[in-house]
Amino acid sequence: MSDLTDLLIKLIPVFPLLAVLVNGLLGSRYSHDLAHRLAWGSVGLSFLCTVGVFTDVMRTGVSHEVIVYQWIFGGDLAINLAYLVDPLTCAWLLVVTGVGFLIHVYSVGYMHGEAGFTRFFTYMNLFMVSMLLLVMGNNYVVLFIGWEGVGLCSYLLIGYYYDKVSAAKAASKAFVVNRIGDAGFLVAIFLVFINFKTLDYTKVFAQVGQLSPDMATAIALCLLVGAIGKSAQLPLHTWLPDAMEGPTPVSALIHAATMVTAGVYMIVRNHAIFDLSPFAMSMVAFVGGGTALFAATIGLVQTDIKRVLAYSTVSQLGYMFLGCGIGAYTASVFHVMTHAFFKALLFLSAGSVIHALSGEQDIRKMGGLSNRIPWTHRLFLIGTIAIAGLPPLAGFWSKDEIMAHAFTHHHYLLYGMAAVGALMTSFYMFRLTYLTFYGASRMDAHTAEHVHESPMVMVVPLLVLAFLSIVGGLILGFPPEHGWLHGFLGPVVGGGAEHEAGTGMVILLMCIAIVIALLGWGLAHFLYAVSPMTAEGWAERFSGAYRVLLNKYYVDELYDLLFVEPLKRLGAMLDWFDRTIIDGIVRGVGRLTDWGASGSTWMEKHIVYAGLNVIGYGNHLAAREGRKIQSGMVHHYAAIIVAGLFLLVLIVQLFAQM
Amino acid sequence: MTGFPWLTVLVVLPLAGAIAVFAANERSIKVTALAVAVANLLISLPLWWLFDASSGEMQFVESARWIPSLSINYRLGLDGISLPLVLMTTVLMPLCILISWHSIEIRMRSFMAMLLIMESAMIGVFTALDFVLFYVFWEAMLIPMYLLIGIWGGPNRLYAAIKFLLYTLAGSVLLLVAILVLYFQGGQTFDILQLSQGTYSHSLQFWLFLAFFAAFAVKVPMFPFHTWLPDAHVEAPTAGSVILASVLLKMGTYGFLRFSLPMLPDASQAFTPVMVVLSIVAIIYGAYMALAQSDLKKLIAYSSVSHMGFVTLGLFMFNIQGIEGAVMQMVNHGITTGGLFLCVGMIYERTHSRQIADNTGLTKPMPRYATFLVIFSLSSLGLPGTNSFVGEFMILAGAFLWSKIATAFALLGIILAAAYLLWMVQRVAFGVPDPHILPKLRDVNLREMITVVPLVVLIFVIGIFPNPILTRMHPSVEKVIARVFPPAAEHASVIPRMTPFTPSVERITAPTGPMFSQETKTASEGRP
Repeated sequence: MSDLTDLLIKLIPVFPLLAVLVNGLLGSRYSHDLAHRLAWGSVGLSFLCTVGVFTDVMRTGVSHEVIVYQWIFGGDLAINLAYLVDPLTCAWLLVVTGVGFLIHVYSVGYMHGEAGFTRFFTYMNLFMVSMLLLVMGNNYVVLFIGWEGVGLCSYLLIGYYYDKVSAAKAASKAFVVNRIGDAGFLVAIFLVFINFKTLDYTKVFAQVGQLSPDMATAIALCLLVGAIGKSAQLPLHTWLPDAMEGPTPVSALIHAATMVTAGVYMIVRNHAIFDLSPFAMSMVAFVGGGTALFAATIGLVQTDIKRVLAYSTVSQLGYMFLGCGIGAYTASVFHVMTHAFFKALLFLSAGSVIHALSGEQDIRKMGGLSNRIPWTHRLFLIGTIAIAGLPPLAGFWSKDEIMAHAFTHHHYLLYGMAAVGALMTSFYMFRLTYLTFYGASRMDAHTAEHVHESPMVMVVPLLVLAFLSIVGGLILGFPPEHGWLHGFLGPVVGGGAEHEAGTGMVILLMCIAIVIALLGWGLAHFLYAVSPMTAEGWAERFSGAYRVLLNKYYVDELYDLLFVEPLKRLGAMLDWFDRTIIDGIVRGVGRLTDWGASGSTWMEKHIVYAGLNVIGYGNHLAAREGRKIQSGMVHHYAAIIVAGLFLLVLIVQLFAQM
Repeated sequence: MTGFPWLTVLVVLPLAGAIAVFAANERSIKVTALAVAVANLLISLPLWWLFDASSGEMQFVESARWIPSLSINYRLGLDGISLPLVLMTTVLMPLCILISWHSIEIRMRSFMAMLLIMESAMIGVFTALDFVLFYVFWEAMLIPMYLLIGIWGGPNRLYAAIKFLLYTLAGSVLLLVAILVLYFQGGQTFDILQLSQGTYSHSLQFWLFLAFFAAFAVKVPMFPFHTWLPDAHVEAPTAGSVILASVLLKMGTYGFLRFSLPMLPDASQAFTPVMVVLSIVAIIYGAYMALAQSDLKKLIAYSSVSHMGFVTLGLFMFNIQGIEGAVMQMVNHGITTGGLFLCVGMIYERTHSRQIADNTGLTKPMPRYATFLVIFSLSSLGLPGTNSFVGEFMILAGAFLWSKIATAFALLGIILAAAYLLWMVQRVAFGVPDPHILPKLRDVNLREMITVVPLVVLIFVIGIFPNPILTRMHPSVEKVIARVFPPAAEHASVIPRMTPFTPSVERITAPTGPMFSQETKTASEGRP
């Protein structure tokens, strides 16, 4: 049984990899139908393997470590391509392959008729391979390979519409900003290596106790830098909203459900190191709490349907970080899973709206779509309720668990930040729903004519995701703190309920959470359904604050001013320095030699030639003429070189004998 | 070994090929040259399997007396360090010939002959075991390269060619001085292996290191001796650029590894802080410079300065990771930067411009070309799964053992590499092409495919299976490290750590005092 599981583990990334190779090399030779069948079929097979592995791990509770081959071996640096599948990895594997499969199927409809159809699926499959390596690796380097791999695919897919300049810029920005985080991650890897002489998780965590508190803090903070980059947390969050230039299924898969949660995975995986450093933990918590609040405020005023969802993703990732920072690892993983369901649902429904409106993304030009595209409307509403945090839908359970943990562990400031963020989340999501689906239509006539419900191939995956968004929370995490997921992950993240709060307290906190969510809904209802004028009035009265939010606190402009422009100027300055100073010195030395050669020519003419009275003038003339093309000097150079050579040998000999 | 003179054949065959090219009739020039280069590649391939990976000794050694009165011998050999470099050279040469198929308009005969003479000299440099023989090959490379730039180069070719020649010649002269001094100090021999076993006084090592440094640092090129490189690259024809970047630059780092480290271990240690600082300056400076360029060739030339900074950084770490990473990176840079120059050559053939601004939006009209460009760029910026990641990761791991601050600066180079390469890709591959150039933009043809596909394959094969190269390298690299840190003096597995930066200045200036006193002793001992 164990052998079979090992085999299944090895097979999980193989299917998408094969699809990448076949579609990537031969994709242009055959029809789109074969290409997409290969693509989603391979992910489907991976999902089946995952289910097989998962049931085995769940039944036996045994983690599997499988070595594929030795990759790098140099000195005491030995790195294998090897997998570790434990309950934590299983949780991510299910989300990645399961949600990934649904999004692949959806993409068949969404990308229909696009020019780069096969290219799209090749990149998507490559993403799956990378993401699987990321969560399955048994050491830091395999994690890093996957880490960079998903970054690459993100880059390629954001830049999918390559003839759009904005897409190309967004792609480069995503990669370069991520690289800043990656540099931090690399430092963390090297720190682990010099402290433990190994990079395998099991060996590192087994001797993690030897780590000095300072070193633990250093490693944890460097890891955090990496996580911040990948999960778009403050202050490296700016790439994610721009990443919405990619096709919508990409936004759903990479920039909502899977890749951006890699930072959370990394922190949970390394919780043994984080646990040693209270300072690093509080950094994680405050980065998360700060981002949750910060991104939510921006989400309040954005007008692009995908950008609202993007900021909401940044904000929700903040909740996950917050959870990690206060030690609620299971709750964070729980939120990763429910978020994957409802955010994928929201993005794909948004894609369905955009599809219906022939590419329109501005919510100011939507409205009244609820009866034109009824299925999409219902699905989007389910997603909205789930993220707003109303029971019994999925988002309520996971978000409430993080917030309750914060409160019962006396992180009141963090709880406050999370609560305000939750109010805003509920508000901006219902605002989005109202502006998109209710009220009078603000579409132009041409778009309105073409509004149509999406095909079944797109709606069915949405139905599955909607189902998961409704019951996922109950299945995974009910009752709170004692759900199935807690038991499953317990052996990995440890903990459990060491700080039991009273049932009354739990119920009270739940009630508060529900009130917050309803308040947000009510406010949105009032502003966008009952009295639309009030919203505009508020925007005018607080026009300063409104503009700051609309421009995302001018962070991009600030970074341009602080980093991008000085970088370019420094480049230009160094370019001048290189050409004028360094090369100037080189040319100066050249000129000196030239003078020396002229001098020797003069000497030759007036002393040697005259003295010996040789008829060498013709020769000299030729040399002077030849000098115009520089090569006439060569015999002089040669003479100087030989003379200098003997001099130098002499000098060094003398020195050596002294 | 097997008795077959593998290395002599590898050195002589291209030379004979050059003669054959001169003798061939007009129509068969290119085919002859290509056949010779491919034959050389095929002959070199078995060495990979015949090579005994468990041994750090020279293999396939051939020896013959040359000038007995001065004990100069013809000796060739191959170890784990030179093997990958020789193979890289033989793989690249057919590609260089193929990419020049149509782009060379004048004197095709001489051009092909020069390429083949280059190949002889380059393989000679990597395999020579006699210092005089080495120097002959070393200088022999200059002339064909000078002519490649000076005859077949761009508008400013004469300036670039002279600059290249004089610059490298100046360094070579000092190398010759060092060789002669070593001959007299090391027991009247030019045998490289024997010289690598000798011990030399500290002061002698100090001066010899400087002389070696002059020759090798110019070739690498290390900051601030790099300004010949952009000029030479911009003016050189594509094949010239590829040879220059892929093989010639490696001569410098190979020299450091083959001569400076084992022959002058104490000086190498003493100079480490200088070398590290220069390497890191090169990494960051080269990256910034690349960011500022609007000419594709200049951009890649400066990226070479940056990448070679990683190699010199790794070499002077004196640990397995650093040195093996450095050798890996020498090979990787050859493959990847060679590929990038091939890409620039292809686009120049079409639009007759190397300016980024003139070549935009190439993905739509030339999808295959864009794919190759992106793959080479990603390899160049060290993406995991490609070859460069392995080398850079090992170098950085090795550097981290030595100094965390140094590594932090080097990491800045990695971020900048992503910035300048992706910015280049963004401008060249993405966007919409200028309608004027659109008719010229036909996609990569079969001949061009053949020139780049082998490199792409190597990028991934080395990236995914680096171990076969590493295992062949281990014993040879361990031997070098054992020279710098004799095993007896080594404390357990701890890699000797040097105090970075501030005290380092003392380390270099300090020898002047004790060095001279010490040297009197050693020198008097050494005298016959």
